[in-house]
Amino acid sequence: MNVVRFILHNHAQVLELTLEHLRLVGFSTLFAMLIGIPLGIVIAHRPWFNKPVLASANIIQTIPSLALFGFLLPVPWLGERSDRLAIIALTLYALLPIIRNTYTGIRGVDPAVMEAGRGMGLTESQLLFQVELPLAVSVILSGVRVAIVISVGLGTIAAAIGAGGLGEFIFRGLAMVDDRVILAGAIPAALLALVADVGVGWLERRLQPR
Amino acid sequence: MQPAAAVPVIEFSDVSYRVAGTQVLSGFNLQVQSGETLVLLGRSGSGKTTSLKLVNRLLTPTSGEIRVKGVSNVKGDLIRLRRSMGYVIQDIGLFPHFTVERNIGLVPKVEGWPAERIRTRTRELLHTVGLAPEIALRYPHQLSGGQRQRVGVARALAADPEILLMDEPFGALDPLTRDELQREFLLLQQRLHKTVVFVTHDLREALRVGSRIALVEAGRLFTVLAPRDFLRSPDPLASAYVRAFGDGLEAAADRGTS
Repeated sequence: MNVVRFILHNHAQVLELTLEHLRLVGFSTLFAMLIGIPLGIVIAHRPWFNKPVLASANIIQTIPSLALFGFLLPVPWLGERSDRLAIIALTLYALLPIIRNTYTGIRGVDPAVMEAGRGMGLTESQLLFQVELPLAVSVILSGVRVAIVISVGLGTIAAAIGAGGLGEFIFRGLAMVDDRVILAGAIPAALLALVADVGVGWLERRLQPR
Repeated sequence: MQPAAAVPVIEFSDVSYRVAGTQVLSGFNLQVQSGETLVLLGRSGSGKTTSLKLVNRLLTPTSGEIRVKGVSNVKGDLIRLRRSMGYVIQDIGLFPHFTVERNIGLVPKVEGWPAERIRTRTRELLHTVGLAPEIALRYPHQLSGGQRQRVGVARALAADPEILLMDEPFGALDPLTRDELQREFLLLQQRLHKTVVFVTHDLREALRVGSRIALVEAGRLFTVLAPRDFLRSPDPLASAYVRAFGDGLEAAADRGTS
């Protein structure tokens, strides 16, 4: 097959762009978790706060990705480096599934369990770390899984602003009208998404309570 | 029972509780003496569960105060207060992601007991509530309703609290298992002499487990009577209960005297 031959022939570059792609996805998912999980916990405990937070995350999600990259380009510190910008934009997109699933997971903990824990004299942080988070962990992880899959896909657009990643091949292939080049970007990207999906899915099942 | 002059372990002093415009409790006065099992008897929504939650400060009274061993329960550390009381609720609230052993040992663990002591205590408690030691490594969903409720009682007893708060602990069980657990509770209480506040809507259960019965209706405490006095009480509400529950109540009231 032509595509396979093309990939093998350019394996060094495919590998390099895959690693770049992983870096974009990895950092953005990490940042989204660092922001999204605490935020999800906060809004689960303060119901009046959840509407504005979830609505904001929703609105970000509706901005077309190419437009968001474009909007962020003139922002001073951000626009200096395109990979930095791409990571921030991907982080914003990854927030919604992570916040929402953290919120849902924690709200889903049986109130009787919480009341028993509180009545037994657990402190709020003991309740959070020993009861709420362990019981919500698989729901939170399924949000992370969705976030990763979204990031892998959207990450290809990052090449449009010169942030690298597998999108390079896709845009180059589009310009050259060469399917092989497009697929050399698309196939590894699809595989990345698949591997991440299966991997986190496995972790999710491992950590499932009961 | 202790002489009335002793400081009550729990004392409700003119307690009212109002939430969202609804008066749940009003002018509640009640004393629970050391080592007795005081039953709060009333229908659903009468305020009996609320009064229990006021004791361990899951709720705070709108007015009045609750004293635990003579000290107002809003003074001092909330966490300490709660850990000094075992709490058993109808839905049990076992932690589904913990084994039976970890469920029972949780309060000792957060209290910083050494692991070996927690283990010994857990085995001892399983024995106390009549469960086989193998149960220790199971998860709550692998247990029957009766076993789960026993684990709930064991968990409440873990750090050896002086006070036990029990909110319809046997309410969700089938009649046979409930009967068994009530009997075991009596035997247990004969040995441990905890100060127990026990909420139920079941007169038969109240007569059986209670040393005194406090009748609650529409947020007010009507009367406090010993089981056998309850059966003969001229109080219209008490006699309404007796009529509703029908025959065989004498036998229930006569337990424990043997």
